[in-house]
Amino acid sequence: MAARLTYDEVEVGTELPPLSVPVSRATLVRYAGASGDFNPIHWNERFAREVGLPDVIAHGMFTMASAARVVTAWAGDPGAVVEYGVRFTKPVVVPDDDKGALIEITGKVAARLDDEARTVRVDLTVTAAGQKVLGMSRAVVRLA
Amino acid sequence: MPLDPSFVGRTYPPTAPYEVGREKIREFAEAIGETDPAYLDPEAARALGHPDVIAPPTFPFAITYRAAAQVVEDPELKLDFSRVVHGDQKFTYTRPVAAGDLLSVTVSIESVKSMAGNDLITVRGEVYDADGAHVVTSMMMLVVRAAEGE
Repeated sequence: MAARLTYDEVEVGTELPPLSVPVSRATLVRYAGASGDFNPIHWNERFAREVGLPDVIAHGMFTMASAARVVTAWAGDPGAVVEYGVRFTKPVVVPDDDKGALIEITGKVAARLDDEARTVRVDLTVTAAGQKVLGMSRAVVRLA
Repeated sequence: MPLDPSFVGRTYPPTAPYEVGREKIREFAEAIGETDPAYLDPEAARALGHPDVIAPPTFPFAITYRAAAQVVEDPELKLDFSRVVHGDQKFTYTRPVAAGDLLSVTVSIESVKSMAGNDLITVRGEVYDADGAHVVTSMMMLVVRAAEGE
């Protein structure tokens, strides 16, 4: 297990270890079951096209969950996250082939917020197929 | 037709308690590719000061989304769900969700706006444990896209 990161170890500009998350149709089916979100745009290509999408798209909440992994792994305790928000700007299109899609996540410390509470703000950059898929993706983390 | 701003502040009855189970957390963690022991191993979670395994930060959405059905299905709002997309999402945590929690959600309509023919509705979900203590707040902004020809 990673040790809990301390506030004193972190400065503005500190980069978090990046993460690439492959996404296949099987990933989405599994996430649908685990989350209870069975919207057919996430597994049914015919339905997705009927509502004007290019293909099946990933759950926005799957992308949000994936991005959080960068923060929780870095902090050493997932319970350290005190705030987390994103804007869903572009869908992650998941074709029915061997490759699927790839979500790429990087993050850096944007601010030290409160010396007393030992909180920092992490800004995340989340892309798929070269496009930003989340905007305003920010987490506030309370460090040890 | 734009949503009526008088719906702002409308609050729905608290939902029946949702019992958070270890195996449900494991299933969710595996579905997002997680292997962090804080989600999977009660001893590891306790070593970090948690009462039991905790849930990943976005897990509460599975509960708050279900609770928000009260808004989506409110006959007075007349939301066309086939035109609804998730615009943004924010969580504010008092503490992480943990296995053994009995969670109830109080849903309310936080704001209603119109932008370029689309309606933006923000649904607040306050999640409380069995003692009535606050666990997490979910803010879910939904975009209701304008109907064609409107």
